[in-house]
Amino acid sequence: MAVVAAGAGRRVEVPVRRPSRRSVRWARLKRRVGDNVAAYAFLAAGLLCFGFFFSWYPLVRGILLSFQQDNLVADPYWVGLDNFHSLFRDPLFVTAWVNTVKFTGIALLFGYAIPFVLAIVLNELRHFRGFFRVTVYLPVMLPPIVSVLLWKYFYEPDSGLFNTILGGLHLPKSQWTQSPGMAMLSLVLVSTWANLGSATIIYLAGLQNIPGELYEAAELDGAGVWQRIRHVTIPQMRFLLLILLLLQIVATMQVFIEPLQLTGTTDPHTITVLVLVYRYAFTVNRDFGLAAAMSMLLFCVLAIFSALYLWLTREGDGA
Amino acid sequence: MSRTLISAAEFRRPRTRNTYYAVLTGTVVLFAAVFLFPMYWLVAGAVRSPQELADSTPSLIPRTFQPGNYVDAWNSLQIAHFFLVTVEYAAGGWIIQLLVDVAAAYALSRLRPAFGRLWLALILASLMLPAAALLVPTYLTVADVPLIHRNLLNTPWALWLPGAANAVNIWLLKRFFDQLPADLLDAASIDGAGRLRTLWSVVLPLSRPVLAVVSIFAIIGIWKDFLWPYLVLQEPTAQTLSVALARLSTTSYVTPNELLAGMVIASVPMVVVFLVFQRHILAGLSAGSLKG
Repeated sequence: MAVVAAGAGRRVEVPVRRPSRRSVRWARLKRRVGDNVAAYAFLAAGLLCFGFFFSWYPLVRGILLSFQQDNLVADPYWVGLDNFHSLFRDPLFVTAWVNTVKFTGIALLFGYAIPFVLAIVLNELRHFRGFFRVTVYLPVMLPPIVSVLLWKYFYEPDSGLFNTILGGLHLPKSQWTQSPGMAMLSLVLVSTWANLGSATIIYLAGLQNIPGELYEAAELDGAGVWQRIRHVTIPQMRFLLLILLLLQIVATMQVFIEPLQLTGTTDPHTITVLVLVYRYAFTVNRDFGLAAAMSMLLFCVLAIFSALYLWLTREGDGA
Repeated sequence: MSRTLISAAEFRRPRTRNTYYAVLTGTVVLFAAVFLFPMYWLVAGAVRSPQELADSTPSLIPRTFQPGNYVDAWNSLQIAHFFLVTVEYAAGGWIIQLLVDVAAAYALSRLRPAFGRLWLALILASLMLPAAALLVPTYLTVADVPLIHRNLLNTPWALWLPGAANAVNIWLLKRFFDQLPADLLDAASIDGAGRLRTLWSVVLPLSRPVLAVVSIFAIIGIWKDFLWPYLVLQEPTAQTLSVALARLSTTSYVTPNELLAGMVIASVPMVVVFLVFQRHILAGLSAGSLKG
């Protein structure tokens, strides 16, 4: 055969002897079929066994489960809207949502604004650039359980570092996670400390992409530093600011490890949606249907933000 | 480096210079106090004696020095066991992720099967499914896997299988494979290389940079993961280091300094990985931030 089919449907002709049109077509067809068979062999593991078993299938199963009674012991059966009725009757339901929104709100106040300001300052600093980058990201590298247990040890009311410092400064001490007023803020502080590095690094990369001419032009127009930030930096970073806002909302609404470790699963001041899901499914009652119903509500809320994020970052590469 | 907010001319003015050095000093002090000091306190706390740890007036430099606490944690708390278990989970999870994701990305990028775009869209859209909201049904799926009817709880497969098909990795790999020169792959195929051979001998050697990024993030992800292993590895001997630390922190027979030593041991691999691969990690973070 003098024709060698190559790549996806491309032909490289070797000028020896023209083959018949039929044999070319036949070779091409064979190639397509072979490519498809091979492709599906390569894809099989990713698609069927894993991708769908552990992402789309659980979604469908979760929806069904929220209308069922299931405790892993007896066979599941349909209960209609009963799970949702019991959810709405549970006084912790509203508490958990209010707490989650509160946590997300305070976490955004800290975790959204601080990294941006920090990145603007770091981008101007001409010394120790490596040190700043590594240091701000170091807490992100710690396993979350380490950060949380470390702060638990700082928050210790009697011998913890924070109260020692407050005492040394002759300031009133706090019960931190054990005081109703401070508990939520204490959780937000841990989470901010552990996570703000990634947002800072991402903002820094964004700031470096702002063309210097824009600042040049603003300066020629007599804009001071603040005006340059307002009229150049912020408009140029608008897309990134929006993207990170969505990502942080989705991440912080799924808060779990901080309340679990610092205040436990029963404290009404800090119980969050996910902690309540955990309580329903994995503690005494093992009520998977009720937990699934709660998860589906969380899913509906998060899906709005995730969908917006995916739509904003979509690309023209067939995705 | 292009100019930033402050121009070089402004920077030369004495007043700006003074402000700059004040801000620089302030930032260094702030970073040391906020980010480094807590870690120093952790490492130093682990060598203090239990009496000193309970003291309400701690000193900056430990008064007692018991590095043996690390040895105690390693042996008597069985941190050694949990460390090795976590290494095993991370290594296995990493290999499985690479196999599955590279194969899928290669098929989608180079073999272009029928419905390829649909599958890619479904894989990317799965990023929209927040893991935490699907915990319960995924847990039930792992407890009784459809078709094979196996209970994977308390086995490494409970971590490996759900983590295997990683949408971000597939997307990163596919995008990289798309940009490989087609002529090179054509040449391989003219030389008689099959599809697997082309993948192994041409595509993979060219893809080292993206494979490095995917591998680093896979290993970090598995090492740091908490919520999912916490649910599916309830049996103490099967637990990862993170889950074991959470359990040990609530038991009374563990002394605080041993727990702190355990926390240091759990962090060391991540800090080492970071210091070695910081360029990859920080660059990969900003590059990958727009997807995942």
